[in-house]
Amino acid sequence: MDFNLTEDRRMLADSLGRFLSEQYPVEHRNKVAYELPCHDASMWEAIADLGVMGALVPEDAGGFGGTGFDISVVFEAAGRVLCPEPLLGATMAARVLVAAGADCEDLVAGAVKYAAAFGEVEAPYDLDGVSCVATEKGDGYTLSGRKAAVYGGQAADRFVVAAKLNGKLAAFEVETGAARVVAYPMMDGGGAAEVLLDDAPAKLLLADAADALEDAVNAGIVALCAEAVGAMEITLNTTVDYLKTRKQFGVPIGKFQVLQHRAVDMLTELEQARSITIKAASDLGTDQASRSASMAKNLIGRAARQVAEEAIQMHGGIAMTWEYPISHFGKRLIMLDAQLGDQDYHLSRVMAAYAA
Amino acid sequence: MDLSYSKEDIAFRDDVRAYLAEALPTRISDVVRSGGELTKEIMEEWHAILQRKGWLATIWPKKFGGPGWTPVQRHIFEEECCRAYAPRIVPFGLSMLGPVLQKFGTKEQQDYYLPRILSGEDWWCQGYSEPGAGSDLASLKTRAVRDGDEWVINGQKTWTTLGQHADKIFCLCRTNPEAKQQEGISFILVDMNTPGIEVRPIRLIEGGFEVNEVFFTDVRVPYENLVGELDKGWTIAKFLLTHERTGIAGVGFSMQALEEVKALARKVRRNGKPLAEDPLFASRIAKAEIDLEAMKITNLRMLFKAQEQGAPGSETSILKIKGTVIHQELKDLARRALGPAAAPFPGHVTEGNLMFGPEDTAYNAARYFNNRKTSIFGGSNEIQRNILTKAALEL
Repeated sequence: MDFNLTEDRRMLADSLGRFLSEQYPVEHRNKVAYELPCHDASMWEAIADLGVMGALVPEDAGGFGGTGFDISVVFEAAGRVLCPEPLLGATMAARVLVAAGADCEDLVAGAVKYAAAFGEVEAPYDLDGVSCVATEKGDGYTLSGRKAAVYGGQAADRFVVAAKLNGKLAAFEVETGAARVVAYPMMDGGGAAEVLLDDAPAKLLLADAADALEDAVNAGIVALCAEAVGAMEITLNTTVDYLKTRKQFGVPIGKFQVLQHRAVDMLTELEQARSITIKAASDLGTDQASRSASMAKNLIGRAARQVAEEAIQMHGGIAMTWEYPISHFGKRLIMLDAQLGDQDYHLSRVMAAYAA
Repeated sequence: MDLSYSKEDIAFRDDVRAYLAEALPTRISDVVRSGGELTKEIMEEWHAILQRKGWLATIWPKKFGGPGWTPVQRHIFEEECCRAYAPRIVPFGLSMLGPVLQKFGTKEQQDYYLPRILSGEDWWCQGYSEPGAGSDLASLKTRAVRDGDEWVINGQKTWTTLGQHADKIFCLCRTNPEAKQQEGISFILVDMNTPGIEVRPIRLIEGGFEVNEVFFTDVRVPYENLVGELDKGWTIAKFLLTHERTGIAGVGFSMQALEEVKALARKVRRNGKPLAEDPLFASRIAKAEIDLEAMKITNLRMLFKAQEQGAPGSETSILKIKGTVIHQELKDLARRALGPAAAPFPGHVTEGNLMFGPEDTAYNAARYFNNRKTSIFGGSNEIQRNILTKAALEL
């Protein structure tokens, strides 16, 4: 048993953490995060130079990582500063590209920004509900359908799209110029898009992609859970600092037992969240991956809400302001529940195994 | 025991309902329904409509221009206003300063200010909280010093709701720094146009503007702007905190929110089925509805008690705590129902949003985040628990 990070991952975590806290402080983040394209090209380039995208891809595909722990290290650091850059798309696309034996060089270099266009309006989470259709045309394919909540889609160069080919789930690549992209900044910062495909030319990556797409979603879930852990940690630390310094009734409010216990409950939830994320990261790529990912996403959904709401409540009015960073951490922690399956969706997946 | 409204109350409810159907412009109720921003013009227009009917100052006695309603009638009115998606009445003049002047003000103050509140000529805001005095309001530091016929005020107020629209502010100021905290505070009226006042907007979590910081630098107002006795402002503050507020539980707003959640759950489809058929989501709605059903009765029990005994007790803190939590839960469910479609930043949801159309998505998540304030303001839910600990449980 060893819960320590390997030396390589610790170095990546340290250098990325240091870079982001110095170069992407919350004031800059807030300027970038809420206005299209919700992306800072020079930061993206620097993040790629640090080897972050390389960490998302295994060695034999041109990277130097690709495991669940590589993903979680990157996203925990991103979560600490609420980094709005489209790393989730790179993470999910890399899984499909690697499964397809496609080239990851541009992804690793950060030269091409990918976004995963899997979900749809009436099936935002469940790949079985995909209704986007692929048709063979000449030597290639075209796609028709409407993709929803494509995270990072507002800044992407290329989409990895889940579509039905002859009734089976397949994976395609579509250049963003071939689709109608309706971009929007999000409530919690960062961008997304709706992607309308109308006979859009597409390159087939995998004709039988159900497993690869599920693996990509599981990787995305590990990423989101790790991001939440990073954001929860900062939220808790900031709240505890506030409890120590804010005085009312002549004492720091951290002297009130009712607040002490609630802060301890936040700590407990954070540690549980950290543990289930480690579990999901460890199981990524195994036959337990989907079960662990669902467990993690459900627990994170509950824990993140508690931490966010309690942090705001215990701060009081100050955490309701745009100026105070905790409001942005709170928004991120609440809103990420609806990404790649909310807590109810993942609870039902865990429950479904009981009857069998 | 009879839970039904009397025949008279039902007739009253029908009157109110018919009036609102006719008097409330659809363009205004549409803004309320969408959760969008209510402009000053909309709020003033709605106040003026109600005032023409004599239904604006619902808690004022007849002699001051109120309708002279019973607590149950006021409750019915509020419930019907929510049902019709009428704008919330801005409380600072009508529900706060009005009753204060009626109880503590001089004849001159009453004659001058009360008609101006009704006519909309004065828009009041509240100068209570300070950066260092939130839950511990009595530690406030804004200083008012007498100089002949004038007060000279220095200090800072914060969380001043809709202060950007206000012409006047009622302030708690420290007038006797030597006395015990609660005994050196006075209640003073200030014209916002007085030199030395600066209003700075505070941007909120969801991106909107409704609260402000108000800075006072050598602000001079007439001495007679003092309300009640010198150094007895805390009595007025307490009067307002425990003053009968039938709406404190926000039952009408929660009923509104519940209907919205149910409508969304029927409309949103997940994998070919309405979300309402998902037992996990349906059970969340059901739990909230059960809590709300109980809260409606709790609220009526306390109204009844207030009507029988004249004044509500500390139990109103129960209404505040549970009422806000239920409402927040319902706003959480509305956001949850939309799933990823709740994500767009307000203002970016126009025709381009292809998911559910603007009416359901535009302010959905924004309302959830904005409503986190309700368990913080007006005496946080922690302060309400302190009140109950002492007053109800005597611990």
